[in-house]
Amino acid sequence: MKNKLIIIFFYLFFLELSAAEINNLESKIFKNLRCIVCQGQSIAESNSDFAQTIKIVVRDKINQGDNEKEIYEFLAEKYGEWIIYKPKFNYINSLLWFSPYIVLVFGGLLIFKYLKRRKQ
Amino acid sequence: MKISFLKIISISLVAFAIIVFFLALNVDKRYSTEKIVGKSVDNFEILFLNNDEMFKKQDLTNDKYHLINIWASWCLPCKKEHPILMNLKKENNLKIVGINFKDKKLNANNFLRELGNPYDFSLSDKDGTKSILFGVYGVPESILIDNNHKIISKFIGPLNFKDYEDILQLLNEK
Repeated sequence: MKNKLIIIFFYLFFLELSAAEINNLESKIFKNLRCIVCQGQSIAESNSDFAQTIKIVVRDKINQGDNEKEIYEFLAEKYGEWIIYKPKFNYINSLLWFSPYIVLVFGGLLIFKYLKRRKQ
Repeated sequence: MKISFLKIISISLVAFAIIVFFLALNVDKRYSTEKIVGKSVDNFEILFLNNDEMFKKQDLTNDKYHLINIWASWCLPCKKEHPILMNLKKENNLKIVGINFKDKKLNANNFLRELGNPYDFSLSDKDGTKSILFGVYGVPESILIDNNHKIISKFIGPLNFKDYEDILQLLNEK
């Protein structure tokens, strides 16, 4: 009896754990999808008809075993990359990805030079 | 004239910022259908409006063009485009597939009874998830598919006379 209870406890524990994991993935994806019929809202924030439908589709895809990347690819194929907040890294938007680092390095050099000149 | 390192960096940063802003301003941020046109239709299975059978991609015959029209009885622009669909029904090499979007069966059937039924196949997408396969975000929308099941045109909003002429032209190019 005691062993059965322990097994049931662990079964329920892992069930809860996997449900929490799915919920986390769901909300992560919702937050990274743009509601294209709304003004500046993500799918997570929006209550529009479109957002509700996308939420159902994402849930279905997760239940079918699709991963995050596959879901983004599916939706980007239908609605363009504009639907994804975090842009994919490719040669077109590489400037966007590298620009903060370039500005940081050049800005640092600028400040360094300025301070050096002031000392002199 | 000696150009200082400081000046070079400053000019480079300003030029860089201008380039980034210029590129960003020219990016089209509107909803675009470019991605879907030219692609083959995904496999799908959609329930018929008036029975429990499924309409599948394989049911799109290879000898005809198909116009998939997403509509709802609660959608006013759908009423506006209805006469265009009724005219398209007369085209011999076109089959019209109506996907009833987030609607009640009774209301949908009343709508078709009152205004006429232009559809060769009436399907039902109760929760709107099937329409996502066609990149739909609202009603009405129409997708023209050629005899190789390739999407050749997409019409967002109610079909108008110009769309009607465009569809006829595409059908005659066949």
